[in-house]
Amino acid sequence: MPDENPSPQIPRRQFWRGVQAILPILVGVFPFGMIYGALAVKADIPFFPAASMSFITFAGSSQFVATQMVRQAAPVVITVLTMFVINLRHALYSASVAGYVRHLSPAWKLGLAYLLTDEAYAVTISNYRQEGSQGNQQYFFLGAGLALWLCWQISTLLGILLGAVIPESWSLDFALPLTFIALIVPSLKERAGITAALTSAVVGILAYAMPFKLSILTAALLGITAGLLVEKKR
Amino acid sequence: MNLWLIIILAGILTYLTRLSFIWLLHRVNVPPLAQRALELVPPAVLAVIIAQEMLIRDGAPALTLHNPRILAGLVAIVVAWRTRNTLLTIIVGMAALLVLNALLLG
Repeated sequence: MPDENPSPQIPRRQFWRGVQAILPILVGVFPFGMIYGALAVKADIPFFPAASMSFITFAGSSQFVATQMVRQAAPVVITVLTMFVINLRHALYSASVAGYVRHLSPAWKLGLAYLLTDEAYAVTISNYRQEGSQGNQQYFFLGAGLALWLCWQISTLLGILLGAVIPESWSLDFALPLTFIALIVPSLKERAGITAALTSAVVGILAYAMPFKLSILTAALLGITAGLLVEKKR
Repeated sequence: MNLWLIIILAGILTYLTRLSFIWLLHRVNVPPLAQRALELVPPAVLAVIIAQEMLIRDGAPALTLHNPRILAGLVAIVVAWRTRNTLLTIIVGMAALLVLNALLLG
């Protein structure tokens, strides 16, 4: 039977294109999620809250740091503030995709915002730049976002369940800096960004002994300031 | 319980951050300085975490070659820089660490 009206197929096709685009990244995310789960167990976070953080906060790097801060019994305010700053970059992703999702209903906007992670953003924005916002491209976003979401929930659960069993000698926790290196190094092209990264790295080592991981906030703020100053000079 | 307070507050703040411009775009303008500062958040935040994960071992700076994470991390940085390939960066970095670990122990 000839397909007289192919348009209902398009959302599904866009959805799977999104899933396909994010698949290679999931290979890196999976061990990362397992490590989060394992670290949560090590920080004596019970199963239900550990899994809920993946569901409610749903932001890997901040969850990772949160387990370290809970372990050190850092005050709630400092922990939440650190997580907030780590996640501030999402405002940038939000601004960057805003123009492409402008025509969507409030329900779509509320849903896609929840799925706006580093990885989903990376593949979605490159799709939007190539294809524009028309032709049900929001399903691409949805597919990429949901695939990452599912991968994160499953890997986290596995990590919580198997965390205690994974031998230390596998050094799986090294997947965290490796994932961040893969995310950030290719994007460092201009002086301001490189200055911000280097300053922050050096301050983070010099200030590592600050209590409650305050070294992260301090280093990030000084790094951003250094980057802005370098840019202003030119 | 403190843990739930952290999860819920961080969850709300993170969600509002993600929703911010998607929701408000046609109503607000981001000042250029704030925009630039936001663009510098990822390199700054990720760099401090990378540096601490590579260089701080057992709660103290470990800046010698006995810390295999330095070399393995540098290898990963070169791979990321030259190839821009996420998966390759993680695999090569992980393999480098395991090989260096074996060499140091053996």
